[in-house]
Amino acid sequence: MSRVSVSRRAPLFAAMLLGASFAASAQNVLIRDAKVHTATAQGTLERADVLVGNGLVRAVGKGLSAPAGVKVIEAEGRPLTPTLFGGITEIGLEEVSGEKSTVDQTVALGADTKEMTVRPEFDVTLAYNPDSVLIPVARIEGIGWTLLGAGTATGGSIVAGQGGIERLDGGPDPIGPRVLFVRLGKDGLGLSGSSRAAQWMILDQLIDESRGRITPDNHAALLTPAGRAALQKYFGGGGRIVFGVDRAADIRQLLRWSTKHQLRIAIAGGGEAWRLAPQLAAAKVPVFVNPLSNLPSDFDQVGASMENAARLQAAGVAVGFSEGGASHNARKVRQLAGNAVAAGLPWDAGLAGLTRVPAEAFGVAGEVGSIAPGKRADLVLWSADPLDVSSVALQVWMDGRAIEMRSRQTELRDRYMRPDNGLPRAYSAPSGN
Amino acid sequence: MLRPLLAGFGLALLAGAVQAATPAPAPSRYTQDPYPSTYKPLAGGPVLLQHATVLTGTGQRLDNADVLLRDGKVVAVGTALDAPADATRVDATGKWVTPGIIDVHSHLGVYPSPGVGAHSDGNEMTSPVTPNVWAEHSIWPQDPGFEAALAGGITSLQILPGSANLIGGRGVTLKNVPSTTYQGMKFPGAPWGLKMACGENPKRVYGSRNTSPGTRMGNVAGYRAAFIDASEYLRKTTPKPAAPKKSRWWQSSTAANGADSEKDTGGKRDLKLDTLAGAIKGDILVHIHCYRADEMTTMLDLAKEFGFKVAAFHHGVEAYKIADRLAAENVCGALWADWWGFKMEAFDGIQENIAIVDRPAKSCAIVHSDSEEGIQRLNQEAAKVIAHARLAGMDIAPERAIRWLTQNPAKALGIGDRTGTLEPGKMGDVVVWNGNPFSVYAKAEQVYIDGARIYDRADPSRQPKSDFMLGQPATRSAPQIGGVR
Repeated sequence: MSRVSVSRRAPLFAAMLLGASFAASAQNVLIRDAKVHTATAQGTLERADVLVGNGLVRAVGKGLSAPAGVKVIEAEGRPLTPTLFGGITEIGLEEVSGEKSTVDQTVALGADTKEMTVRPEFDVTLAYNPDSVLIPVARIEGIGWTLLGAGTATGGSIVAGQGGIERLDGGPDPIGPRVLFVRLGKDGLGLSGSSRAAQWMILDQLIDESRGRITPDNHAALLTPAGRAALQKYFGGGGRIVFGVDRAADIRQLLRWSTKHQLRIAIAGGGEAWRLAPQLAAAKVPVFVNPLSNLPSDFDQVGASMENAARLQAAGVAVGFSEGGASHNARKVRQLAGNAVAAGLPWDAGLAGLTRVPAEAFGVAGEVGSIAPGKRADLVLWSADPLDVSSVALQVWMDGRAIEMRSRQTELRDRYMRPDNGLPRAYSAPSGN
Repeated sequence: MLRPLLAGFGLALLAGAVQAATPAPAPSRYTQDPYPSTYKPLAGGPVLLQHATVLTGTGQRLDNADVLLRDGKVVAVGTALDAPADATRVDATGKWVTPGIIDVHSHLGVYPSPGVGAHSDGNEMTSPVTPNVWAEHSIWPQDPGFEAALAGGITSLQILPGSANLIGGRGVTLKNVPSTTYQGMKFPGAPWGLKMACGENPKRVYGSRNTSPGTRMGNVAGYRAAFIDASEYLRKTTPKPAAPKKSRWWQSSTAANGADSEKDTGGKRDLKLDTLAGAIKGDILVHIHCYRADEMTTMLDLAKEFGFKVAAFHHGVEAYKIADRLAAENVCGALWADWWGFKMEAFDGIQENIAIVDRPAKSCAIVHSDSEEGIQRLNQEAAKVIAHARLAGMDIAPERAIRWLTQNPAKALGIGDRTGTLEPGKMGDVVVWNGNPFSVYAKAEQVYIDGARIYDRADPSRQPKSDFMLGQPATRSAPQIGGVR
């Protein structure tokens, strides 16, 4: 019923959506005649086909034929991309940001005493709620996966805890390895005795503890056994650590520190990262920027620039996108990439920042972030250029299943758009409408 | 006409009678301006923008059209215009020309960048009713956000107090020109705004201190108490209609006229009540931060109760639920394209909100920012609305959508007779875009304010820069230190 009403409004997409409805239960589909943005070295293939079997991409190329019984979707030359990375978010970890009872991304066991507690074993993915209304809201805009981030608060520490990649298919479990989050600079000052310098003091102390130079019974020990094991993994190079940091001086210290300890790091924020672009490229540190942060919004990013992404990429840095704290509006991440492109980033790098770069940085490139044989068939068909705000997602597939392009927001829209029928809108529309 | 409640309080004189008795031209005692505008347009000769796609802001689109600016005004809009010999001709082939973009909701200057504690000047969170404070007295004109907004085509903007208070204070409308003083930016003759706020913010701020308001009903009681005081003040301070008594042959004419009413028109000025009285009289325009449909309708009833008019609801994430009522009452909806969910009263936000509010006849939909980021790209916010409206079966042409950023905000700010459209006689506030503005790739190439080229993407001499940004090493690449790295 809902599909019929949508296609009536937008006859252009009728054929496609009708096809999608039949394919919904199957995981086999041939998407024909699309502008396929593979997000791989293959780049963009004009008027190409993508064959999906059992939820995986089986073939990408021209003139593919559909095996018997496989539904065919005519893309009519429109762009097809992998589902996009929604950035580092709290989707499924917060329902209403301002209501504490719905928010789970931060552990602060010392909140009452304002004591620093260091719990790197804290894993936010365990609180993930796959029934959050945020998930369909993001998904129907082409956002197929996100990195759940751990936050910091008084009574916790600059080592926020771990997160992981969730695919927004309604399933409960993350994919790929866990990621550790650490907060530096201005936003970590309240957790480091009011000095940036103390952030390195604390991190060095944790290095010592994880490597046994501070024994568990030492008065300086900060960690539980589980926390020690967690840090041993990351400080041993066995996992990606995401540092939230903006100021160039802090990034410079971070590069020295992570090089010394041979850590695998990424940067989130990176307001002034462009100023150290060659060093970041040499250290192979991916940087997740918000290109819309072009103002000196604090003294950690006096050097903020619209051209941050473009300059980083030109120097050889892998650039991804993330808007800090944008869970409800994670769909805005496309606008971030588009503005970076408008400010000089090559278009392919703009798409890569929403697909390949985060997939590789967080260890899930074997599953998501590109259109290639063997990858999950997590795909989006767009009305036009997926990086432009004037485009919309027309159909999203997860594991080859066409998802219903509806959310709580489209339900509200349809309830209040329909003509007044004399009954309060709390009653559902008569059948047939 | 007496409204029952007011009669009950014994406040006989109000809205209708007072407004009818007030002559329009001279500023009333409530709206005298001791901090007047010193804005002077930059000098500049005539400019002819040629061969552009012109969105006039009145709902019209003209292809291959010209716009002539002279003496600070729009002189003509049309095809193959004649221009004075000394006019600067700008070939705008392939480009789009629109009225200057107007943001009705900004905190630039009062919450400037960098956002340090010393710059936190937007909320007088010391009492829930502070109509005595004026946002202009908090504005730091060196906020780098102004020049960033200019690069996004913003030519006028209203700076409002924040939403912590039920009644937050006066807002001020500025021309977005670089200046060392806010008076140098102040839009000449623009009415002040009055900022009010519904819902969660006031009750949270004051409720958490165990002071009123701690609930939504406390919010409404707070507005009513304030406007009851204002109504009384208005009655006491309004000059009585002329010639209350017949003059007698033995009295001098001066004694007969005016003197008797002096005890009523005098009295100590009250800054709070001046502002509220100005709002009731319609000289100060009421802008209300309000998210939920039910609360907006409460505020419409409140406005009727005390005889003021709501110029616009701001944020209004549920405005789509009462779109017909807003249009019927001639109230604008100043809205976001897609923000939602950050608090409970924002939980029902939808991306078609602006389009649905725009749909009825006589509607007044506005794209606003409330953000130093959003104000730089209101055109992109509108583009998102157009795209999602189309998906829902509503086709909105660019010439209609541009009104959300130009004509409609100008109307809400009470400056619609001077700017917001490209019509002869209007201020020469114009943006030249590199193409269709409703795209992520659109850039404002030139921005004219009162006919002067205030910003030019291709001309570094016309790119203002805040004092704060001077001599900041962080704006350059990190130096390579030492011979070997």
